[in-house]
Amino acid sequence: MFLIQCPWCGPRDETEFGYGGEAHIARPAGPETLSDADWADYVFMRKNPKGVHLERWVHRHGCRRWFNMARDTYTHQVLGVYQMGEPPPGPEGGDG
Amino acid sequence: MTRQQFRLAEGGRIDRDRPLSFRFNGRAYQGYAGDTLASALLANGVHLVGRSFKYHRPRGIFSAGAEEPNAIIQLETGTRSQPDLRATQVELYEGLRAKSVNCWPSVRFDLAAINSRLAPLFPAGFYYKTFMWPGRAWHLYEAVIRRMAGLGVAPTGPDPDRYEKTHIHADVLVAGGGPAGLAAALAAARAGARVILADEQSAFGGQLLGNGESVDGKPGAEWAAAAAAELVDLPDATLLPRTTVIGYFDDNYLTLCERVTDHLGPAAPPELPRQRLWKVRARHVVLATGAHERPLVFQGNDRPGVMLASAAQSYVNRYAVRPGRRAVLCANNDSAYRAALDLQEAGVEIAAIADLRPAPDGAGVEAARAQGIEVLPGQAVVATQGGRHLTGVEIAPLSEDGNALAGPSSTEKCDLLCVSGAWNPAVHLFSQSRGKLRYDEGLACFVPGRSVQAERSAGACNGRFALADCLAEGHAAGTAAAAAAGHGDDSGPVPKAEAEPVGAIRAVPCVPSRSGRANKHFLDLQNDVTAADVALAAREGYRSVEHTKRYTTLGMGTDQGKTSNVTGLSVLAAALGRPVPEVGTTTFRPPYTPVTFGTIAGRDVGDLADPARMTPMHHWHVQVGAVFEDVGQWKRPYCYPRQGESKREAVDRECLAVRNAVGILDASTLGKIDIQGPDARKLLNMVYTNAWNKLEVGRCRYGLMLGEDGMIFDDGVTSRLAEDRYLMTTTTGNAARVLEWLEEWLQTEWPDWRVYCTSVTEQFATMTICGPKARDLLAELVDGLDLDPAAFPFMSWRAAAVAGVPARIFKISFTGENSYEINVPANYGMAVWSAIMNAGEKYGITPFGTEAMHVLRAEKGFIMVGQETDGTITPHDLGMDWAVSKTKDFLGKRSLARADTTRAGRKQLVGLLTEAADAVLPEGGQIVSELARKPPMDMIGHVTSSYYSAALGRSIALALIKGGRDRGGETVHVPLLDGSSIAATVTEPRFYDSEGERLRG
Ligand SMILES: [Zn+2]
Repeated sequence: MFLIQCPWCGPRDETEFGYGGEAHIARPAGPETLSDADWADYVFMRKNPKGVHLERWVHRHGCRRWFNMARDTYTHQVLGVYQMGEPPPGPEGGDG
Repeated sequence: MTRQQFRLAEGGRIDRDRPLSFRFNGRAYQGYAGDTLASALLANGVHLVGRSFKYHRPRGIFSAGAEEPNAIIQLETGTRSQPDLRATQVELYEGLRAKSVNCWPSVRFDLAAINSRLAPLFPAGFYYKTFMWPGRAWHLYEAVIRRMAGLGVAPTGPDPDRYEKTHIHADVLVAGGGPAGLAAALAAARAGARVILADEQSAFGGQLLGNGESVDGKPGAEWAAAAAAELVDLPDATLLPRTTVIGYFDDNYLTLCERVTDHLGPAAPPELPRQRLWKVRARHVVLATGAHERPLVFQGNDRPGVMLASAAQSYVNRYAVRPGRRAVLCANNDSAYRAALDLQEAGVEIAAIADLRPAPDGAGVEAARAQGIEVLPGQAVVATQGGRHLTGVEIAPLSEDGNALAGPSSTEKCDLLCVSGAWNPAVHLFSQSRGKLRYDEGLACFVPGRSVQAERSAGACNGRFALADCLAEGHAAGTAAAAAAGHGDDSGPVPKAEAEPVGAIRAVPCVPSRSGRANKHFLDLQNDVTAADVALAAREGYRSVEHTKRYTTLGMGTDQGKTSNVTGLSVLAAALGRPVPEVGTTTFRPPYTPVTFGTIAGRDVGDLADPARMTPMHHWHVQVGAVFEDVGQWKRPYCYPRQGESKREAVDRECLAVRNAVGILDASTLGKIDIQGPDARKLLNMVYTNAWNKLEVGRCRYGLMLGEDGMIFDDGVTSRLAEDRYLMTTTTGNAARVLEWLEEWLQTEWPDWRVYCTSVTEQFATMTICGPKARDLLAELVDGLDLDPAAFPFMSWRAAAVAGVPARIFKISFTGENSYEINVPANYGMAVWSAIMNAGEKYGITPFGTEAMHVLRAEKGFIMVGQETDGTITPHDLGMDWAVSKTKDFLGKRSLARADTTRAGRKQLVGLLTEAADAVLPEGGQIVSELARKPPMDMIGHVTSSYYSAALGRSIALALIKGGRDRGGETVHVPLLDGSSIAATVTEPRFYDSEGERLRG
């Protein structure tokens, strides 16, 4: 069970959190202008990397705040947490 | 009762003043306090403890610890019974009763042993090859195999015992209390760290309890006792004996199973739990889990009387039991010699030591020779003799490469054969921590390589087997762990032991037999996997050890292959002609040893399994005899049967009361979210499919919520309370999910919107009165509120006092009748409910439950999220386009125009009227347009809701059918399990008052 650093509450057990999938997927403006394929890409398609993954978590049984996390899906190492709206830290920044 | 003819007159850690009676396989025996079941059996000369899994060969006690593959027992009977325990770890108590798990009808006479004669029919992959085809008959084979294979039986009654959990943080958790673990815990605790030391045994000391070595000039067991006593006195050390570290998870989160009172049996004090699960988050972990002695693989190596050398040593030293009268040892390393010396001193005649090494010369070897023990260099046991017990062995010289015999064999009579193939570090926890294992050629075993977590391995589990090394590594690891946790390095002196030079080992994966065959060379004693099986798998093309494991079942038993994984891997590597590290190792998974479900569940059973949510009127419902159903965690009245009434009769009566007079429903469980802020309306516009711009204060509106995939996930009525304030209702089961949905979008996508969402579900009690008399009834209870439909129209709300209590009254309807949802502060709920019931008596007010509510709404064709929807249904599928805005954007809108959501042939909501008016279709029933004599049939849809409607005097159903809206009037069929079927006609999904006249009243 991970020990997750909530940006607001500090280190807490994973059981207090909910997982929200890949981060940095903005809802497209003007969905009606998108092709079926582009819309499906936004709704359904998610990265599943072996390695660093930027993802969203929510402190469900705590402060109920959403935040972002950079996590290595292979080593399970949490590389860092950062707030919603912030760009990812470190070398993986800009990866989106 | 038999006497303990193999018990030594003195010595051992047993209490001869406390004899204990016990029964094994129905026979009475006696042992002593301090015994395990295994040592007590051996004291009585009982070696035969079970039959093997596949061939039902007789098997004896093989080890003295957690690695035991054979002595698997069922402890006690009835609800306290525990299956699949290792007799080597079960502490003896007065009155203990146990039996072998894997023999039928008895351990001595075993019908299934005929399998043994048929061994060639049971090769590797036997189960897959034979029983998986033809697939349809697997259930027939399985029953027979399970019965013969047997393992333990889970108790069927409720567990009478209590189990606890403890959550705790530690600076340093030390797993294992042998010399390395004790040294580590002492060092860390002396330096001031908060230390937890856990060991699976009843006393600390590990191997020191059984091998007679000395530490700091004291006998090892004495030193261990002193070390444990010092730890007890240190303020921040917690000692957990009888506690196995069973799992090592991410971020140094470990689980420990403490057997609090198992060793006391029925004498356990009732105030104590039986077991306790510790959940530890540790800054640093020291693994000092020791090592398991590796068996040797030779023909007939599974016969009762064959035992690990270290186990035999433990039995004489720790338990004062002679495991035999005349012993042969077969070893490839020095450690077995100490065992031979201890056995000899205890009066066991040592016939010979066959040493695979051509020139053994360690200190132990010399000591054995000095005691007159015959050492046979370059030789090995190549066969065993005997039936249910060993009577002798054949010994022969090995060729230089170890693949053949280099001369004739000689026979040696013996009733005990001690084997030692050197040692396997217990790397299970290290591997669970995701640490990388490294193969050590010299030791022929896996040792910890690179650590991934804040953890250190020390001593035998790190491949450092000498006592002096264990102590030094343990001390160093404890010191470093404490320092890393922020404490000093004042960790006291390093405990000392005499360093003894140790000779190299000679690894021979599989000792050859005279015949050249290897089908009696057992690798996995529990699952009956032989070297021949693994070689066959290799010939059949298995390359990966993981696949080979599953194909041969090697290491797949309850012992998880503690004695077989490494030997099996060596045999596979040899068969493939590749080095061991290339063939890989297997993954070690938690738990290290099996854990009973009771311990994992802890107190979360019965009433505490899940929180029960109750409305303010719950006790009233109980008093009047309501039948409850669970909706999420809520307890909701399903119906209120009167004396002698069936549930169906009660539901019919409740439905008619609502249609003809007035009913009352406890609707407090509906989710309620108070939404405030200048952007609240904007939020509603995005999360609901319909438009909210024109909703005035005082009005209510129904809305559908979709996921971005366009599928309905909730619905409900939202009311405008004030300019910037709304009250949203959700379905009972989705309240938390909807709140989270709103918060997610507000925080992640629209952080600049000023909206605040607060759950107020539990702040209000909600009671719905509905029916033709509802308005008259309400009129008696409110002051100064005009209930005329012109003044208080359908889909609006008013604030007024009801029975003197401030309330919000929502004129909305889920039943199709004129209906008022009265919301009052939760603490006033019961008072207002009582007032309504009293005033309603003359109108025949009738409480109704969820089932009547379902029937009434189905009569009206109102959907239920979760019944008419299942995550694949759009508003269009349900014919609810009227609730979908064409002009504004909302979540999921774009998906409604995708090719899949607009295609013809999607399932659509329809009504079904059965041809026989009283036939009620089964919900979930599959619908076909043409019946065939038997499946498969072309399924065109399914029944989503189905009830008997008392108001209509017939059954009704809602269904989702492909292209259903174009099938009006068609006859469809619902085939049933018994081969019959029900015919029904497709209709509009509305059965009652389709104009909606009644609800405006
Ligand atoms: Zn938080």
